Amino acid sequence: MMLSSKVDYDLLREVEQFLYREARLADDRQYNDWESLWTDDGIYWVPANGADIDPETEMSIIYDNRSRIALRVRQFYTGKRFIVEPPSNLRRLVSNIELLESEGEEIKVASNVIIFDSATRGDSVWACSNLHTLRRVEGELKMAFKKVVLVNNDKALNTISFLI
Amino acid sequence: MNEKNAASKWGELIHTDGVSGKLYNDPDIYQEELKKIWYTTWVYVGHESEVPNKNDFIMKSIGPEPVIMTRDRSGEINLLLNRCSHRGNQVCVKNKGNTKSFTCPYHSWTFATDGRLMGQAFPDGFKNADKTKLGLGRVTRVASYGGFVFGSFAETGPTLEEHLGGAKETIDRLLANSPSGEIEITAGYLQHRVAANWKLMVENETDGYHPGFVHASVFQAMDSRINELYGDKSTSLSRDYGNGHTEIDLRPEFRKRDEELSWFNTNASRLPDYVKQMQEKYGVEKAREIMIDGTPHVMIFPNLFIAEIQIFVIQPISESESIQHVTAIQFKGSPDINRRLRQQTMGSVGPAGFLLADDSEMYERNQLGLQAQQPAFTYNGRGDHRERLDDDGFLVGDSTDDLPSRGIWKHYKKMMEAQ
Repeated sequence: MMLSSKVDYDLLREVEQFLYREARLADDRQYNDWESLWTDDGIYWVPANGADIDPETEMSIIYDNRSRIALRVRQFYTGKRFIVEPPSNLRRLVSNIELLESEGEEIKVASNVIIFDSATRGDSVWACSNLHTLRRVEGELKMAFKKVVLVNNDKALNTISFLI
Repeated sequence: MNEKNAASKWGELIHTDGVSGKLYNDPDIYQEELKKIWYTTWVYVGHESEVPNKNDFIMKSIGPEPVIMTRDRSGEINLLLNRCSHRGNQVCVKNKGNTKSFTCPYHSWTFATDGRLMGQAFPDGFKNADKTKLGLGRVTRVASYGGFVFGSFAETGPTLEEHLGGAKETIDRLLANSPSGEIEITAGYLQHRVAANWKLMVENETDGYHPGFVHASVFQAMDSRINELYGDKSTSLSRDYGNGHTEIDLRPEFRKRDEELSWFNTNASRLPDYVKQMQEKYGVEKAREIMIDGTPHVMIFPNLFIAEIQIFVIQPISESESIQHVTAIQFKGSPDINRRLRQQTMGSVGPAGFLLADDSEMYERNQLGLQAQQPAFTYNGRGDHRERLDDDGFLVGDSTDDLPSRGIWKHYKKMMEAQ
């Protein structure tokens, strides 16, 4: 069902709370808690060179299946992932949250995110539009798909030393 | 400055076991490098497969300067400068595409994909102008080897093959791993910016001393056999081919393992189509040897790093900023291995890569550390007591030795001393 004319405000509030929680866990580097938001078949995608490339034939900045998401998180916890030693200070704002589609147990959500990143190299601002597919698993919302389109992903980017 | 003074200046900055920190952060030295290295020697620009059709173009660079690589109407590859010969406007603002001509938007001069001036708006005004002299600027010499296209702004000097020298064989070795004998660059690039001098990257690419430490997080988090290739018990070699080209030759370790495709952290049963193609091309025995040896780990001075499964193109932006352009190597006609080549490349490199993000962190910390005045020199003497010649007469050392770094600086010094 397309949610074009009438908004399900209860669902919208629940989705907002989910996205805010995800943002907080990422900003606070609570990696395990962040990982627990994923479904078992989750796909985490940060395309390069535009929003519409084919990740199966072209290079993406991140294109993780569920086991690679777990590896990413494990790497952060080794104490030797030098991009987080010391970690930069982060704070992100999530906005323009829009329910795009809600069919059965899956909900597609669009949002915009601005991230302020204070790192050794200097302070920088990252901006992206996100697309989440959320799925209800045993009553709880989980991420089955997350696509992060950085607005400057066609340019040279500094190291992304956090969960984006 | 006369030759003797130049020699003594660079001799003071570059010792046999270390170099002055200034070489990484002095803007005047950077400008001199552009002139004497980047705008003189052969620089890797792009791969022929990036412009497969007539009139294809793609934006590339030599140092900080943009270069349009085109395949013209006759099928030849050109390296053109993005500057209208009239008043200097950019004639191309798209990253890549196919076009019969480039038209300058300012006064509508039109250039063919080989750089010739085809037409000028209101042509009556150009009675005194020689159209043949008003084409787009171009990189003086263009040559390719194994599909890799290099350009040089120097009118004379060594040929590309002379410049590549012994490193030519490493490109042959890469191509031998493709059942078609060809590679393709078709997956698009990740562009990773680092706040560091370009030479920190050139040195790091064949520094076999760091992986066990900088990439410890990967070895700890996943089942990887990379670590053993770079330990102090490893039989891998570091090699200096001269002309600044260096390699970590991992073949001795792979031969000890005696397993096909262990270089790719996989095995023959996982890639049956590829293995069959290799056997059809080479026969079972020869295919087996090639699949044990794998692809090279070679840094072709000053900017092309072939890293087993991917290529890096190093672009300097200033004395303290560089871009690493990275993409997966694809073996023409082998889709099963190509998918894995892309997946592994995406995992390891780029701004969020499991490996390269940490390397880049090191470059940036080096750049900050090198701003300290003391000690004035770096140290790269590790293994200088065990340098030796291999059967081909190239200098080799253990895989964890600083031998590649010493080779790079020796060539650098020679280039910078030249008038």
